[in-house]
Amino acid sequence: MNVATNLRQAADRRNDPFDVEHIRADFPILARTVYGKPLVYLDNGASAQKPRAVIDAMREVMEGEYANIHRGVHYLSQHLTDRYEAARATIAKFVNAGSPDEIVLTRNATESINLVAASWGRKFLEAGDEIVISEMEHHANIVPWQMLRDEKRIVLKIAPVDDEGNFLIDAYERLLGPKTRLVAITHASNVLGTITPAKEIIRLAHARGIPVLLDGSQAIVHGGVDVRDLDVDFYAFTGHKLYGPTAIGVLYGKAALLAKMPPYQGGGDMIANVTFEKTTYREPPARFEAGTPPIVETIGLAAAIDYVQSIGMDRIAAHEQELLRYATARLQEIKGLRIFGTAKEKCAILSFVMDGVHAHDVGTIIDRAGVAVRAGHHCAQPLMERLGVPATARASFAMYNTPAEVDALVAALGTVQEIFG
Amino acid sequence: MADDLRELYQEVILDHGKRPRNFRHPADANREAHGNNPLCGDRLTVFLKVDANGRIEDAAFEGRGCAISTASASMMTEMLKGKTEEQAKRLFESFHQLCTAEHQDAVAADLVDDLDKLQVLSGVRQFPMRVKCATLAWHTMNAAMAGQTETSTE
Repeated sequence: MNVATNLRQAADRRNDPFDVEHIRADFPILARTVYGKPLVYLDNGASAQKPRAVIDAMREVMEGEYANIHRGVHYLSQHLTDRYEAARATIAKFVNAGSPDEIVLTRNATESINLVAASWGRKFLEAGDEIVISEMEHHANIVPWQMLRDEKRIVLKIAPVDDEGNFLIDAYERLLGPKTRLVAITHASNVLGTITPAKEIIRLAHARGIPVLLDGSQAIVHGGVDVRDLDVDFYAFTGHKLYGPTAIGVLYGKAALLAKMPPYQGGGDMIANVTFEKTTYREPPARFEAGTPPIVETIGLAAAIDYVQSIGMDRIAAHEQELLRYATARLQEIKGLRIFGTAKEKCAILSFVMDGVHAHDVGTIIDRAGVAVRAGHHCAQPLMERLGVPATARASFAMYNTPAEVDALVAALGTVQEIFG
Repeated sequence: MADDLRELYQEVILDHGKRPRNFRHPADANREAHGNNPLCGDRLTVFLKVDANGRIEDAAFEGRGCAISTASASMMTEMLKGKTEEQAKRLFESFHQLCTAEHQDAVAADLVDDLDKLQVLSGVRQFPMRVKCATLAWHTMNAAMAGQTETSTE
């Protein structure tokens, strides 16, 4: 098989008008029905659907190019090693990293954060040291630090949000003290949609010599990221929310930080030399990628990145903002419906509750109309406590959603009211 | 509206869901367990007062959950009063079957009326994700009788 055919790029559409129907046609699953109704997929915050470009790229690798990488002298292994490393370079360019060596490939954002906690945290933190997180963290950016707290007797400080979901930058600044060793905060809330003032968060931390980790799982999907412009030290995100496959995540880390960090897991591929007496480790990022990596998934993620870039992150963000405005207005018309998260800067996520109806009942009823939303605590139980609700329903929008789908959501919510009266 | 939705959200369920019976914490309860569905965050506590002969004198619950879990808990507490622990255990087993199996074993005569009433919850069979909502209170009751204080429908 000719390599060149496999490296084809998605057609560049950045100069075409934004055509949502054209985009929808790229996502095979959007043609299906659920309970005989057209699928209205509004659970993109949990995971996004996959464009044909991703499916094809992964299938082509498995059908015609597959071998293990980094270890074979044979043609397929060398060829796929090149593709795998080219995918890393695509990811690096997408986030504007200084070098592909600053991109560690993991299983998901959770693993990226655990990597920092287990490697950087274990090496550099001591009893009494403090880490600042926020009230709107996903469990993935709480539990790894709690495990480290229990192991190293460090202290977690919690930066608050106001009732609208705005990040309170002054209160955050007051938490930064002489013992603060790390700030680990979401770049955008998966429940409230709040986009945090990352640049200011980082500036205030850096003024005190404190590194910052951002959980970018939601934010990167809705507008991309420029890690060097932010000057962020660690940036974690997952592939499957970015229209890529599951089981591939990314940790961006500044080269100087990664260089000082010990391995996270031991095994093949991360070693320079092994004897039974002593093992030496490779330089980052290989040092943090023990064992056979998610080869096909990494190439799938690069295909997803090529795809979103062919449409343009700015245009995707603008379309989603339009949907968010429309959906917010339509949902506000519904009597007894309350929206959680009305921060000034938001990505296209709408959490809500309906008077006297539990979010699960909302989710079940609208599912029968083909409308998929998340209902529950969204892996953010401390935030639910803060909001004073056990659960919310959440509609989260992607580039392929339409105003007509917002209307379908609103109509389905009418059925909820019909049942619950 | 889909028929299976009407089947799931019957009037009886909506009524118990909105105005749960025995929604209180009896001061003289001598058995108590917390139930937790970690997938959705629903939590409830079941309180029982069991006399020296193993008869349930009082049953109540507190907590928060969806219409299905609240209605199921409410109906359960109504039925438990006056039952022996042995009967309560058999009722739990029959109810569990009702929520999960297409075909049920014959129900003993002493529980036939209760199972008839509980039929309104059998709609969850068409909603596999909601079976745990319907059974949370029952698992919790079972745990309380077994002397456990925590249970989970993970």
